[in-house]
Amino acid sequence: MMSVPKFLRTILSMVFVGVALAGCDMVVMSPSGDIASQQADLIVWSTILMLLIVVPVIALTLWFAWRYRASNKEATYTPDWDHSTRLELVIWAAPLAIIIALGALTWVSTHQLDPYRPLSRIDEGKPITSEVEPLVVEVVAMDWKWLFFYPEYDLAVVNELAAPVDRPITFKITSTTMMNAFYIPALAGQIYAMGGMETKLHAVINEAGVYDGFSSNYSGHGFNGMRFKFHGMNEANFDQWRAKVKAQGESLSYGVYKELEKPSEYNPVHYYNTVMPGLYDKIFNRCVDPGTLCMKDMMHHAGHSGGHGGHAEQAAEHSAQAPAEEQHHGHH
Amino acid sequence: MSHSTTLSAGENGKFEFLETGDHHVPNGTLLGFWIYLMSDCLIFAALFATYGVLGRSYAGGPTGAELFDLPLVALNTSFLLMSSITYGFAMLQMQQNRLRGTQIWLFITGIFGLCFLGVELYEFKHLIHVGAGPQTSAFLSSFFGLVGTHGLHVSVGVIWLITLLLQLNKHGLNTANKRRVYCLSMFWHFLDVVWIGVFTYVYLMGSMV
Amino acid sequence: MSEQLDIVKLIFGRLTLESIPYHEPIIVGTFLVAALLGGALVVAVSRAGLWGYLWKEWFTSIDHKRIGVMYIVLAMVMLLRGFADAIMMRIQQAIAFGDAAGYLPPHHYDQIFTAHGVIMIFFVAMPFVVGLMNYIVPLQIGARDVAFPFLNNFSFWMTAAGAILIMTSLFVGEFAMSGWLAYPPLTGILQSPGVGVDYYIWSLQIAGVGTLLSGVNFVVTIVKMRAPGMTMMKMPVFTWTALCTNVLIVAAFPVLTAVLALLSLDRYLDMNFFTNDLGGNTMMYVNLIWIWGHPEVYILILPIFGVFSEIVATYSGKRLFGYSSMVYATVVITILSYMVWLHHFFTMGSGATVNSFFGITTMIISIPTGAKVFNWLFTMYRGRIQFDLPMMWTVAFMVTFVIGGMTGVLLAVPPADFVLHNSLFLIAHFHNVIIGGVVFGVFAAIAYWHPKITGYKLDPFWGKVSFWCWVIGFYLAFMPLYVLGLMGVTRRMSHFDDPSLQIWFQIALVGAVLIGAGIVSGLYQYYVSYRKRDQLRDETGDPWNGRTLEWSTSSPPPQYNFAFTPKVHDNDAWWHMKANGFKRPVDGFRAIHMPKNTAAGMVIAGISTVLGFTLIWHMWLLAGVSFVALILGTIIHTFNYNRDYYIPAEEVAAVEAARGEVPA
Repeated sequence: MMSVPKFLRTILSMVFVGVALAGCDMVVMSPSGDIASQQADLIVWSTILMLLIVVPVIALTLWFAWRYRASNKEATYTPDWDHSTRLELVIWAAPLAIIIALGALTWVSTHQLDPYRPLSRIDEGKPITSEVEPLVVEVVAMDWKWLFFYPEYDLAVVNELAAPVDRPITFKITSTTMMNAFYIPALAGQIYAMGGMETKLHAVINEAGVYDGFSSNYSGHGFNGMRFKFHGMNEANFDQWRAKVKAQGESLSYGVYKELEKPSEYNPVHYYNTVMPGLYDKIFNRCVDPGTLCMKDMMHHAGHSGGHGGHAEQAAEHSAQAPAEEQHHGHH
Repeated sequence: MSHSTTLSAGENGKFEFLETGDHHVPNGTLLGFWIYLMSDCLIFAALFATYGVLGRSYAGGPTGAELFDLPLVALNTSFLLMSSITYGFAMLQMQQNRLRGTQIWLFITGIFGLCFLGVELYEFKHLIHVGAGPQTSAFLSSFFGLVGTHGLHVSVGVIWLITLLLQLNKHGLNTANKRRVYCLSMFWHFLDVVWIGVFTYVYLMGSMV
Repeated sequence: MSEQLDIVKLIFGRLTLESIPYHEPIIVGTFLVAALLGGALVVAVSRAGLWGYLWKEWFTSIDHKRIGVMYIVLAMVMLLRGFADAIMMRIQQAIAFGDAAGYLPPHHYDQIFTAHGVIMIFFVAMPFVVGLMNYIVPLQIGARDVAFPFLNNFSFWMTAAGAILIMTSLFVGEFAMSGWLAYPPLTGILQSPGVGVDYYIWSLQIAGVGTLLSGVNFVVTIVKMRAPGMTMMKMPVFTWTALCTNVLIVAAFPVLTAVLALLSLDRYLDMNFFTNDLGGNTMMYVNLIWIWGHPEVYILILPIFGVFSEIVATYSGKRLFGYSSMVYATVVITILSYMVWLHHFFTMGSGATVNSFFGITTMIISIPTGAKVFNWLFTMYRGRIQFDLPMMWTVAFMVTFVIGGMTGVLLAVPPADFVLHNSLFLIAHFHNVIIGGVVFGVFAAIAYWHPKITGYKLDPFWGKVSFWCWVIGFYLAFMPLYVLGLMGVTRRMSHFDDPSLQIWFQIALVGAVLIGAGIVSGLYQYYVSYRKRDQLRDETGDPWNGRTLEWSTSSPPPQYNFAFTPKVHDNDAWWHMKANGFKRPVDGFRAIHMPKNTAAGMVIAGISTVLGFTLIWHMWLLAGVSFVALILGTIIHTFNYNRDYYIPAEEVAAVEAARGEVPA
């Protein structure tokens, strides 16, 4: 998709709300990650397409209302005129044309910006080279805090996230109980975090900085405090940050995790320098406690949830990968 | 009358504007009841869909193939099918305005309905007894949800049937009662059709795994 | 001792003295105000000796016009409650920054936003729309009542029962803290063990029965009871939209019933439909509830499209442009509204193909909707537009609604939705269409049909004050939310850290206060108009030079609506009658067959309320008793065969003569 010049984006976002306020920081319209930037461009292009029809409609409404007011006896009055094939053709065709254009844009962009799709570029004009290994972050929404695992470095962090600039990130996202949504507006769009399920998000941050991250899906009493800072860092700073986590952290053992799992609110940042093996996998399969059967094993002899129970079932099946399925495709 | 007719036709007399005779509004009860049944059908559709999604989520618990006693369910199915046939006989009797015959066949229908419910309750009790209650797994929740809702409908049907028998006794085959017998017949056959779906989709397909 | 406790528990369930939130000053204050107002009302009604009248002429009435008015009154009362919730949220969000925690703890705030959503949709918008259909549809099709008059009364009381339960939750116990669609697992028994979610479930289930039955009722009424000559393509557009809406009700509400029933099985019997463990699937709930939820928004907006179609033609003094394309657009929207539900959760992780499919079907809905807007536009074109209040609302609607429509289509683009979903942008969008569409439409409809309903017009001055307060208030209250959404602010927050957001929330609060002024001046308008009713009296029955049959009878219409059933030759039937010199007959009246009033609806709905309350509080003994009473009550009602009577011809003649001179 064509990216929109910054000034145009700014102007349009102002047109959009009808207010020109220079100092207002519209992070959604001027983000710092490539995926979110493309999403912002898409908002602008869609809005332009729709304004093509919305502006004339509003103008005509006000104009007709004025022109054909009862006190204006000059205006033509045709009380029985109620049909014109040509006009009705236009009436249906004009929105249709816009929707065809917008539909095409939607089809292409939805596939291009599918959160499950690995990135094909780091930034505009910067394709991904094959040797770059994405940074894997496993995200767990808990009551009511975020737990991030860095399996590559054997680290875990509560309520703080860091990633090197221009390195693709693969988020794997689950939840202990409630349905939350993992959202860093400056980085990329949100995706739900659900218990016993895993969703994915591929993204990259292009500018160093500190950005807001939070849950955008209401999840109960402590929802308000489920916020964290996302740090985009250059390689050196990221290494320093890792070293800091290693140095200051404690070990995330079973006992420590059980303590963490208890509902709590407005948790401070907390570091863990080693993680009990396979913890994320166990959380996601709901078998952290020794002796509990993991979902992937329970489901094993059942295979895919099948049947032809109507549309809802299909949608549910597509909505997120069932754990069993996920297990087969690349969770090793 | 002629006076108002001319008035109602307007000055130029081109159009008749009012119905000056008796205007009979058609009775909409059967249509209304049919629409209600369609909406009920959607409740079952939602429950079938739920069963479709959750029907293999055994959560380590027993599967349908392990639990279902097909001969028993087949017997139960035949009770319900028989009851539909006997309801048909009741309708035939009613069309010939035979109160006694209508009542007898309705009574037999009710007995079949009760047999069906009895066997279903036995089945449920047995399942719970062997540790396959509705709490055990999502599969069993959706099984009890779907089959139980059908059973609840049959229970309502039986209560309605008893009420209707009393009303027939009291008022005979008047227009209102005939309409009620029609409505209950639609309800009863509808439950039969739903049961065919349950039998095929839940029991037969569930046992094939 | 323990036995005694068990008996108390059997009777009272979980209800204890502690369940009554007497330690929360805001609630106690609210209770005192409500009790004072309620008490004053009871005293006033008793003083005036009106109880008998209310009972005989209103509560037990099966007259669709009376029931329609009761629906609208219910909606107005609940609007005040829903708005009180809104203003409390606006105040909280405008002050709770940084160190200031605001005055509402999350425990309270979360109940408020849930109640606000539930009340505004189920107990304000729905009763408004159902009330309008109740009053107008039989009149527009030339019928004397609906197909099932008793069911109609019962439906109203079931809706009222739901409203009563939800109001009870304010003072006894608590309401759900879950958002208006109560997604599990948050609403599961593990995460929400209290009574809040149970209040939610039972008030919606009970009201839902009413809505469903009323849907069946109106489909049959419109299909079966149209006046002779009124073919489908001669039905007034409002009736068309009412038909489509009721088809939607019949096809959507059962899904809500089913999904709430499954949620209750999870909560009451520990089943595992939507739990995290033992194979439950929360996504199933989200899908099912939106399979109801998306058609629901069209259930609200379609009749309002009909209202605007009537108004724009009447006040432009012109036939509606493109009648048939209007009808086809309505039908297309009805069908498409079932194929878009997934756009409410693109972010749940569906594949790109599924997401784009649902995104594109959503956009397709904007084509017929756009065609409708153009049709209204070209109805105004070359008209003679009288800017009475209903027409002002219509123009405000057309401008506002296209903006809301545009942001809606934007949200239908999945990648855009990924950044806007659950944000205040979304909140701004749906208030943009619901206030700009449904609410403006309801006020337009009330101003338009008020003379028909009461016999006198509304006072225009206070109506215009209310209009401008609402319109300006709406833009002030919700445009800032679009901005905040683009700033990445999420919904349902009770506290913020970033001080740069505060100004926007303060503007929004000003807007909300202005809307409050709009509500107050609207109510004052009804009062002033009542005082000036003799000056504002409509003697003709046709104050706006109307086009459809409701204007052919007196204002307010007699109990039987039409002394003679009209015969229809044109889709603007009344306009056509006037154009061809129709004169009202003065004799030849016949006895009219009418249904009798009954208290059964109120009694059965009352028992349902008790059943709901006892189930919420786990009062198993009383629940069992009221359940049996419910079944017995229903059965006893079916033993009543004596349900109708005749209004004698002389009485009809007397009523018709009282209408005064036949206009020349």
